[in-house]
Amino acid sequence: MPHPTHDSCAHCGHHHELRVEDLRVSYRHVDALHDVSFATSCGACVALIGPNGAGKSTLLKAIAGLLPVSGGRIFWRGTKVAKWSREIAYLPQRENVDWQFPITVEGVVRMGRFPQAGWWRPFSKMDENATAKAIELMELRDLATRQISELSGGQQQRVFLARALAQEAHVLLLDEPFTGLDRNSKSALASTLRHLTEEGRLVIASHHDMDTVRDIYDEVLLLRRKTIAFGTVEQVFHPEKLEETFGKEVA
Amino acid sequence: MIEWLTEPLQHPFNQRAILAALLIGFTNGYASAFVVLKKSALKVGSLSHALLPGIAVAILVAGLHDWSAFLGSLFAALLIGLGSLAVSRGSRIDQDSALAILYTAAFSGGIILLRRLEVTQEMDEWLFGNIMGLRDGDLWTNFWISFGALGVLTALHRPLLMTLFDAEVAATLGVPVRFLNYLLLAVLIIVLISSLQAVGCMLALGLLVTPAATVYLLTDSTNAMFWGGSLLGGVASAFAVLAGWWLNIEQGPAIVLVLGACFLLAFLFSPKYGLLGPSRARRR
Repeated sequence: MPHPTHDSCAHCGHHHELRVEDLRVSYRHVDALHDVSFATSCGACVALIGPNGAGKSTLLKAIAGLLPVSGGRIFWRGTKVAKWSREIAYLPQRENVDWQFPITVEGVVRMGRFPQAGWWRPFSKMDENATAKAIELMELRDLATRQISELSGGQQQRVFLARALAQEAHVLLLDEPFTGLDRNSKSALASTLRHLTEEGRLVIASHHDMDTVRDIYDEVLLLRRKTIAFGTVEQVFHPEKLEETFGKEVA
Repeated sequence: MIEWLTEPLQHPFNQRAILAALLIGFTNGYASAFVVLKKSALKVGSLSHALLPGIAVAILVAGLHDWSAFLGSLFAALLIGLGSLAVSRGSRIDQDSALAILYTAAFSGGIILLRRLEVTQEMDEWLFGNIMGLRDGDLWTNFWISFGALGVLTALHRPLLMTLFDAEVAATLGVPVRFLNYLLLAVLIIVLISSLQAVGCMLALGLLVTPAATVYLLTDSTNAMFWGGSLLGGVASAFAVLAGWWLNIEQGPAIVLVLGACFLLAFLFSPKYGLLGPSRARRR
């Protein structure tokens, strides 16, 4: 069921599904993840919750096609996700990026156009428009020509989001987007993510702060090497389930 | 005075040396931006030492020709680079340690072997270069190496920078990061080899790091880093060859010393990032 012409799920009547079936990922014969299954679709904001080492980053990377999958399957819009897809954007933890790298905000956002522009071709009018629009949407216009070393945490996160928008991604995979942000940036990011899901995108983010889960997310995946529970916040986000995920000490 | 300054330009071997210094400095300067952004100077340094045993074995097997030293050193650097990878994958030793063990052992073997070979070059020439001894053929070899290396690096500029900035995100955008990492390393090795005659395998690393590192302290623009590094590398190397003639010092060390002095000046006086620059002073 290919939709070659559509740009964002907002323009499309029906929802697209991301389905993970019995996913297994192992490093050197040790399972980092096993028996991970869930299905969600565009328009949802999904929290990925679990203790440190539960495999949250691993799951995000596996969906992004960064890790070899040793068992199970990942489907996006009914098609098996092979290596990478323009429609799936990966936003790493901010601390994993070298912010001293000599590049401007605009330069980072423009990288999102690589799938369209390719290795050599100069960026087209369309690429430049998409870049400018993404910068505009993420309210980065005043910072477009700044070096990324001059950005605050919230601005850094918006640069990543702008790159994903320039990429015209439908699925946004965010690793710890709220970690290290001040209160204002957190609430701004929450409303940005809300806006993006209302446009029809699927947002999946690993999340630590239990107090804000209800405000930000629609669905929750509790993860501890395997799926502990998956469902809407009302269905899943309960003390007994959290205890099962984290062990006794948290709940 | 004028005569003293222009005298070196009269001799054909000097003209050749200056031309070679411009060419080698330019190519190394361009490539140095990748080394600085990749933060892999020490790895490249190990590989530059690996060139020596390669040359020794090549001379032993095939004699000294224009291309035998080139192919021998290329092969040795690849062998030691891949060997370190194999050791780190197959044991609990990390790659840096493996690289250090392999290249020092190979380097020692190379020194012992070279001393026993019947070649006209002094050991110093392999270690520290002898740009005055360059022949026309060497100049052409250098030209083609520079041409090829600059061509590849410029053509792959976009995906290479994405890989250096964030390899994981680059991979999710369809950049073949593993292939590009290997390719970049291969090109860097070839550029190292091209600078052997100018600065030798002990000093090659200086030429392949300092130019762009200096410009990095002066500007935030990636393009300036590449082309500024090239310009600085070329001009500083050519100037050092002349200075070497005027002051009667060895040209190889002179090249690296001039670049080092440029770096020190930038480190101290860069307007934006210098230790004593105006913006630092204002902040204090």
